[in-house]
Amino acid sequence: MITAASVLAAEENNPLVPHPYELVVGIFSFLVVLIVVGKILTPRIQQTLEERTDAIEGGLKRAEQAQEEARQTLEQYKAQQKDAAIEASKLRKKAEEQGAQIIAEMKEQAQSEARRIIDAAKAQIEAERQQALTSLRAEIGSMSVELASRVVGESLEDGARQSRVVDRFLEELEERARTQEQITS
Amino acid sequence: MNALTVLASSGGEEFQAPGPTIFDFPPLFSGAPAWLTKPVLFAVVGALLICVFFYSAFAKPKLVPRGMQNLGEVGYMFVRDQIARPFLGKNSERWMPLLMSLFFLIWVWNVFSVIPIIQFPIASHIAFPVVLAVFVYCLKVYLGLRHQGAKYFTNMLPKGLPWPVYILLVPIEYLSTFIIAPFTHAVRLFANMFAGHMILAFFSLVGFWFLFEKPTVAGFGVGIVGVIVTILMTALELLIQFLQAFLFALLAAMYIQSGLEADH
Repeated sequence: MITAASVLAAEENNPLVPHPYELVVGIFSFLVVLIVVGKILTPRIQQTLEERTDAIEGGLKRAEQAQEEARQTLEQYKAQQKDAAIEASKLRKKAEEQGAQIIAEMKEQAQSEARRIIDAAKAQIEAERQQALTSLRAEIGSMSVELASRVVGESLEDGARQSRVVDRFLEELEERARTQEQITS
Repeated sequence: MNALTVLASSGGEEFQAPGPTIFDFPPLFSGAPAWLTKPVLFAVVGALLICVFFYSAFAKPKLVPRGMQNLGEVGYMFVRDQIARPFLGKNSERWMPLLMSLFFLIWVWNVFSVIPIIQFPIASHIAFPVVLAVFVYCLKVYLGLRHQGAKYFTNMLPKGLPWPVYILLVPIEYLSTFIIAPFTHAVRLFANMFAGHMILAFFSLVGFWFLFEKPTVAGFGVGIVGVIVTILMTALELLIQFLQAFLFALLAAMYIQSGLEADH
């Protein structure tokens, strides 16, 4: 290598020996590129690429969040619906119970009312019967006395006459009763 | 080299294959300083072009890319996914500025090889690859000492071998890491561009010489072949230019990682 290089160096402008001024220009050019492209511009695109990644990942994350939220809302809604259904069935049951109770109460009330009316009617009937009895008793007494006086007053000649007297009396009684009815009615 | 010098020394009427002199440039104009040559000019132009391109792409980057930013992002993604991440992994972002600068600067310098009028690969002047390789080399050693301390020099050696092996291994490993690696890093790029320019110059000169300069019936076929091969070689060179820029940045990423962490 050394011999070859020295042989080549004997010629002018050995291509393996760098020109000093080209070294300087090379350093200068490289530094310019390194500063402008490397230090200034590359970080910008790096940042932009990072931001783009963030934006895409952020978008995905946001979509995921929205989905999760929607799912939660749906679940909440479903739970609410379930609660509402349970509540409704409870209310229905309660209403049914109340209705049954009301009906039972009404029935009882009606029955007691009916019983009361019947009792009152019975009492009235009894009272009227008693009254009738007492008035009948008094009337039968007087009528018996009257009949007896008539029977005694008429000469008790024969049986036919007696029966006529009795018939007449009974007709009179009926007549009396009829007229009484007419008056009352 | 011998054949070329023989050809170059023969008379002006004969075909002269281009020699290493095609890499020598006079000052741009008479009265200009000696250092102001074509490679120097276009080295700076290349650097500025890269700056302008990335400024137009990344000056005000948007979340939703438009126009130049799309193109710039394709470049960024390529460097990140193909160069930085395979070697640097989680450290990628930190070193992207350097790798972007290296890859695109070298690529543009290389592509100048086939741009009409410029037609010169800047990296075929060894000073330019040397600057970049030395920078990466210093960075590698600095990172090694900073992140691994004195262990940097033992971490790079494989462990658990019988001790006599180390007598052989230690010099080879140190030679490879501290002398050969930076040397090949620079020379690989330089030699590829140098050879590529040589080949293109040779075949295009064959075409030009036999079709225009000294057209003869016998030389006509040679000239046609020269033109066709020039076109094919230009295509190949485009690939090599890209590949060498890629490789240079790739090795830079590898060296940086070797300094950051011991992973042998």
